[in-house]
Amino acid sequence: MKTKLPTAGVPQPDCHELNDDEPVVSAGYDFGLSRRSLVKLLGAGLLITVSLPAVGQEGGRRGGGLGGAGAKSLAARIHLGTDGTITVLAGKVEGGQGARTELSQAAAEELGVPVGRIQMVLADTGLVPDDGITAGSGTTPRTVPAVRKAAAAVRNLMIEFACQQWKVERSAVEMRDGKVVHAAGNRSLTYTDLAKSSGATKLLEQPIPSEVELMPVSQWKVLGTPVLRTNARDIVTGDHQYPSDIVRPGMLYGKILRPPAYGAKLISIDPAPAKAMEGVVVVQDDQFVGVAAPTSFRAKAALTALATTAKWETASPASAVSSKELFDYLKQNAEGGAPRNPYSDELAGAKALRRTYQVPYIQHAPLEPRAAVAEWNDGKPTVWTGSQNPFGCRRELAQAFHLPEDQVRVVIPDFGSGYGGKHTGECAVEAARLAQAAGKPVSLCWTREEEFTWAYFRPAAVIEAEASLDAAGKIATWHFVNINSGPSAVDTPYSAGKKNCRSVASRPPLRHGSYRALAATANNFAREVFMDELAAVAGADPLAFRLAQLDNPRLRAVLEKAALEFKWNDRATKKDANLGIGLACGTEKGSFVAVCVEVEIDRAQNQVKVRRICEAFECGAILNPANLLSQVQGAITMGLGAALREEIQFADGKILNASFRKYRVPRFDDVPELDIHLVDRPDLASAGAGETPIIAIAPAIANAVFRATGKSVQALPIRLAEA
Amino acid sequence: METTIKFTVNGKPRTVTTDPERSLLEVLREDLHLTGTKYGCGEGQCRACTVLVNGRSTASCRTSVGEVAQQEVVTIEGLASGDRLHPVQAAFLAEGAFQCGYCTAGMIMGVVGALRENPRVSEREILAQMQKHICRCGSYAKYRKAIHRAVETRKEDA
Repeated sequence: MKTKLPTAGVPQPDCHELNDDEPVVSAGYDFGLSRRSLVKLLGAGLLITVSLPAVGQEGGRRGGGLGGAGAKSLAARIHLGTDGTITVLAGKVEGGQGARTELSQAAAEELGVPVGRIQMVLADTGLVPDDGITAGSGTTPRTVPAVRKAAAAVRNLMIEFACQQWKVERSAVEMRDGKVVHAAGNRSLTYTDLAKSSGATKLLEQPIPSEVELMPVSQWKVLGTPVLRTNARDIVTGDHQYPSDIVRPGMLYGKILRPPAYGAKLISIDPAPAKAMEGVVVVQDDQFVGVAAPTSFRAKAALTALATTAKWETASPASAVSSKELFDYLKQNAEGGAPRNPYSDELAGAKALRRTYQVPYIQHAPLEPRAAVAEWNDGKPTVWTGSQNPFGCRRELAQAFHLPEDQVRVVIPDFGSGYGGKHTGECAVEAARLAQAAGKPVSLCWTREEEFTWAYFRPAAVIEAEASLDAAGKIATWHFVNINSGPSAVDTPYSAGKKNCRSVASRPPLRHGSYRALAATANNFAREVFMDELAAVAGADPLAFRLAQLDNPRLRAVLEKAALEFKWNDRATKKDANLGIGLACGTEKGSFVAVCVEVEIDRAQNQVKVRRICEAFECGAILNPANLLSQVQGAITMGLGAALREEIQFADGKILNASFRKYRVPRFDDVPELDIHLVDRPDLASAGAGETPIIAIAPAIANAVFRATGKSVQALPIRLAEA
Repeated sequence: METTIKFTVNGKPRTVTTDPERSLLEVLREDLHLTGTKYGCGEGQCRACTVLVNGRSTASCRTSVGEVAQQEVVTIEGLASGDRLHPVQAAFLAEGAFQCGYCTAGMIMGVVGALRENPRVSEREILAQMQKHICRCGSYAKYRKAIHRAVETRKEDA
């Protein structure tokens, strides 16, 4: 049976372009007069654009893209105050992953000052350079070095300035306690002295040199140490203001009218009952309908009044796809058809295996839902919001309101997390539209249900894997295809006689985008589970089977480390009816992970209980071991949720489990004993660490379940009934 | 229907004239500008909004302001004495027990509530109560260490 087209009102980004560094397709709001000629409006509430020529040609990597333009001059990166302050400016955001602290450490290290001296200004588009989107583990390999270079150059400027002042050779002075010291002359000079000098402004206006000598790892005093988050005290006192906490004078509280289902179109609405409420502003701009009121309570009452008058036309294809038939649908709609195995002839007669894996839609569910406060002054909007993409958010606002980008200011206070789920600025645009109409600042905080429904999802995937073994029990042919969720980690790190690893797009029925390690969560799951089944076919131990076909020395090192710490070889010889052990490994974005787990099968409850997780992780030279540990613990925990419980259910254009009651995320009891080994490689460049530690959790658990039950796992979340 | 409601917040008498059906969370945040208490789900499932009502840890999103008339409310802003952090705050700070920190105020209030309700409560019992709280960043391992430290500090104080 041929499946119908998916729901209208849902964007279908090209999966080939979908990787962790790319923002998801924007919500595409357009409030200009000529919007109908420019923008194709699909559905209500969220106005979605799909591959619009007009917008698309200027999309891509201009502001807010992968790397951003960065700082052009030293002054754009570092400001020296005559009062002794040192301010560092960066376009990255802090959403709990530790960018604020690591960038402060980077500057402090090169400037030779304590980290407490650094005032770090992040993600205010009116002040900071465009360092690109905060995604794809990019801050550590790209922005940390950029900040270090600028800081090292400023340090050199101070030294040169001192030498000129004192008319001494460079070799006669040294850096000590954040000062240039000329011991022979018993004198010293500080950054404040430099700032107060008449030539300081001109000196700092020079471009950041392309080559600057950085502090070698062996001499690090600040980097490589467990520095606590610089605004940690404000977190425990409740003083830190998240985007949803921002208050502006005269501010109103907003709510947006959402359609009853994806693709539903607003036919008519009567704003009169809502407008009659005291202090309520109603905004209707084509399919966009929202309210602003002196309190959220009244805004909600006004929204309810509006909703009762709204007439909707439900898109008929909305019921075509539900989560039940999702995987058949994705496969049937694979672009160009699901690729065939070019080595299928070689499967016959060989030891061979074919499997299809299913990975569902899941939601990031950051604890702070999307939030924005917007205000307009002289026709220019300023928006405080939680987004991973400050300059991309500014571009979305500029496009929606037909303004030059430099007339829009976006400020991203340290916010309540994203995990790849906040690459967009739809909430900022909505708040700005309400504030524009109200003539007052408006705060808009999405509800949990809105965040579950109208934020984008981690894409679902169907993965087809086929392999044959040679006479020695090694992989002879390898065919591996991801349908719909993208190319991250689609290639195998194991050697194979011949291999064909591909990802193809499909027609996603839900709006999807990035996630922690994105497709690597699906591809690594499928590959590592398939490897265990192949090991069983070969009659080999899963560890030995992998090591015999694994050349990458860094991946081997973490796999061997995890196996050693877990005592894999001892345990693998023992068998307990209700216990299973499993392992998995993987690499993505330049870092390496291996995991061993022990699970208990509760046959009475039909549940998998994870009893122990041992993870070895290596990301080059460690910048901050305390923060790295948090990232690894967090990724493991999030991985547990995706492995055992998380799955978006949908039907008739509606999300059926849009609450924490129905969509269970990990809690205290779900996290077992964690045995984490951070492998430091000071000889290697630092790679980001927010993502890769998640990718081996689900397959290690699945492999333990396979070992304990004898039934292989082929879908996430892992269910014993299916195992 | 607006009503005048009197209650104390962090030891200070407060009076609001508002609809008594509004949630305590909303009144704390929007009327009193005490934004340390967070919205996470609106249905008591994540406990980012935890405050103490008469010493008991309470989901302020599921409590109407009318219900706290004449009651004593303590929020995260009311724990420290001047520059001196509450021992539970100090324990969370010492362990760096948070990532984004959005759930942290609720976590701290949950632990403070458990300790106030039963000063002899065990660490295991506190953890059982904390099962109601969600940290989506997955900082549970560090939160456990912070809770352990808070319990140890209590023993030292005793």
